[in-house]
Amino acid sequence: MLKIEFETPPLGELLTTPALQRDAMAHSRPFVAKPEHQQGLGFPGKLVDDWQDVALAKMDELLGKYRSLPVFLDACVKCGACTDKCHYYLGTGDPKNMPVARQDLLRKVYRRYFTLAGKWFPRLVGAVELSEDLINDWYSYYHQCSECRRCSVYCPFGIDTAEITMAGREILAAIGMGQKYSNEIIGKVHIIGNNLGLPEPALANTLEGLEEEVEEDISVPVKFPLDQHGAEVLLVTPSADFFAEPHVDGLIGYAKVFHQAGISWTLSSYASEAANFGIFIGNYENMQKVAQRIRQAAIDLGVKRIVVGECGHAWRVAYSFWNTLIGPFDFLDPAYPVPQHICEFTYDLLQRGALKLDAKANDDKVVTFHDSCNVSRGSRLGSVPGGQFTIPRELIRFACSHFVDMAPDTIHEHTFCCGGGGGLLTDDLIELRVKGALPRAQALQQVIEQHGVTHMAAICAICKSQFSKVLPYYGMEMDMIISVHQLIGDALVFDSQH
Amino acid sequence: MVLGSVFAVLFYLAAIILVIGVASRVARYAQTPAPLVIPTTPAPLTRTGVAARMAREVVFFESLFKGSKWTWLFGWLFHFGMVVALARHLRYFTEPVWWWVAMIQWIGIYAGMAMFVGLTGLWARRLLVDRVRYISALSDHLMLLLLLAIAGSGLVMKYVQHTDIVSLKAFTVGLVTLDWQPLPADGPLLIHLSLVIALMLIFPFSKLLHAPGVFFSPTRNMRDTPREHRHIAPWARDLPGAGPDRS
Repeated sequence: MLKIEFETPPLGELLTTPALQRDAMAHSRPFVAKPEHQQGLGFPGKLVDDWQDVALAKMDELLGKYRSLPVFLDACVKCGACTDKCHYYLGTGDPKNMPVARQDLLRKVYRRYFTLAGKWFPRLVGAVELSEDLINDWYSYYHQCSECRRCSVYCPFGIDTAEITMAGREILAAIGMGQKYSNEIIGKVHIIGNNLGLPEPALANTLEGLEEEVEEDISVPVKFPLDQHGAEVLLVTPSADFFAEPHVDGLIGYAKVFHQAGISWTLSSYASEAANFGIFIGNYENMQKVAQRIRQAAIDLGVKRIVVGECGHAWRVAYSFWNTLIGPFDFLDPAYPVPQHICEFTYDLLQRGALKLDAKANDDKVVTFHDSCNVSRGSRLGSVPGGQFTIPRELIRFACSHFVDMAPDTIHEHTFCCGGGGGLLTDDLIELRVKGALPRAQALQQVIEQHGVTHMAAICAICKSQFSKVLPYYGMEMDMIISVHQLIGDALVFDSQH
Repeated sequence: MVLGSVFAVLFYLAAIILVIGVASRVARYAQTPAPLVIPTTPAPLTRTGVAARMAREVVFFESLFKGSKWTWLFGWLFHFGMVVALARHLRYFTEPVWWWVAMIQWIGIYAGMAMFVGLTGLWARRLLVDRVRYISALSDHLMLLLLLAIAGSGLVMKYVQHTDIVSLKAFTVGLVTLDWQPLPADGPLLIHLSLVIALMLIFPFSKLLHAPGVFFSPTRNMRDTPREHRHIAPWARDLPGAGPDRS
């Protein structure tokens, strides 16, 4: 068992900017991928001998493939607007966790090898050679960014550190220094179809168990169909929804909504995963390969629509990237958006009066909502900009009477990452995860004290897992964090008239 | 006349390097695809909306305003002071002077001061805020020094040591009409012009590329319509994973 000693930061006042503590997190680095995790993804098994050349060649290639890179690397004026915006900086005080400093780890190499100023006057412009120390810094600090894009909101040029982190990680993977957690998981999806490596019989078994459990609980025969050919909807959801708490209550919520709406649906054992860690490692080909399974499953099962369960980064990939990666979706019903989010799906039914909710069922709760970073800043819900903020809140208001928002600086586009996103939800990074959750924990503590908040709802599997794990470090209950569709499911009125 | 010729040559050289240098960077930005749809959301759904977002960004520094009020204030003072001061300088290159350039002459002076105040504030932040000091390279300080010296030497000519403005105008109009004229050998003027030439030379090789760069920033210039419009980069179209049946 891994044992990491560290101190949980005191909650303190909301969003206090810490003083610089140099190298405070230099020791934080996730396990390096083993050869078998690397090779399955098309990366070298271990550090290649000519890693410097390979890294620079990869950087050159990426500079030509992604416009974000040359623009972002050239444009930064070091104005400092982003310096106090990253949750990992706020939680650790390590200056290399300031977004601009994180970018500079790559920018100083870019300047040295790819710009005239850096070739001729390296010291003047802070350009340096790609050394072993620097590569180690890359490995450490590009795994202290959750690619949440909060910094990009405040940058006058829209520089998104997530893009730089993705490039940094892709270069690291290309020289044989991939990250174990993400790469092992992507490997499982390529081979088995989900992040957990859960094979079809186990999944079928789990779903049967859920059917029995729900029927016992509410005496309604809610089904959890698997590989049902000809169903109207293919639901792809993060595999944590199949068994983890509180995720599974969200899955039960989706199933109840489908049941009550009378819309046939199915899960797929071939594409039993919405998550796509390809985005975390910044690798287009792997992201495409992971997404491809879902397209294939939709075709094989002959469905008309694809609905995506509660998962932040998966929704960013699905909403923003699927059409690019695996489109066009001309084989699906054009009457519905492709893909559709489960919140959009439920909201639509509520708008049409096809569902009835009784908020009394959740009267024991005072609920707040955690905007997940990828949904807030990397995608949208509904047909108008900002629907990603209003739709989940309206769903919660349908389902419960007591809702309050956290501080304005910490919600909507200003929301903080849970601290575990971007491929960092692993025990070897627990110190980082706890410290990175500080801003959210502060904001949550405030509404607990001021409004007696009992639960925080979210629509992201990573947020749910992360908060269950780290909230206790701040003296809060792990089961405070719940799925939006748990609230919906609990409030749903089953009525044969509908 | 020697002085005039030297500066004329330097100005032409600097102008050529500035134009070619910036054009080649812009060409690079324009030719490199953004393979994925990555606007920072909430983002506009239409091209008009994107133009409005970009205009707010460029004119009002909308994102910076969200990020840091002090940096926004000083940054805005500097940039818009500079724009107006530059416009004021058009009177040295036009004969007769355009009516609106004549009209803004009096504001131009205040603009020069605003520029100076803004730059001083930005440098103070760079020196005094530990986070900003940490991220500053030597070049970041020197850039502010250069701009301050340009603004300062300009103000000196207005308030301390006037230059022979009639001869200067003959020189500048001569630059435009390719009819080289002598340049008054005044200290502040020569410093002012030399620093401007230096700035023009540095522009395409430095962070000043943020000026054209912002227009190419995919987080700001893309529409939020990935479900409605299939966006695909040429290099991605050729990937094996793209499949044979895709448009």
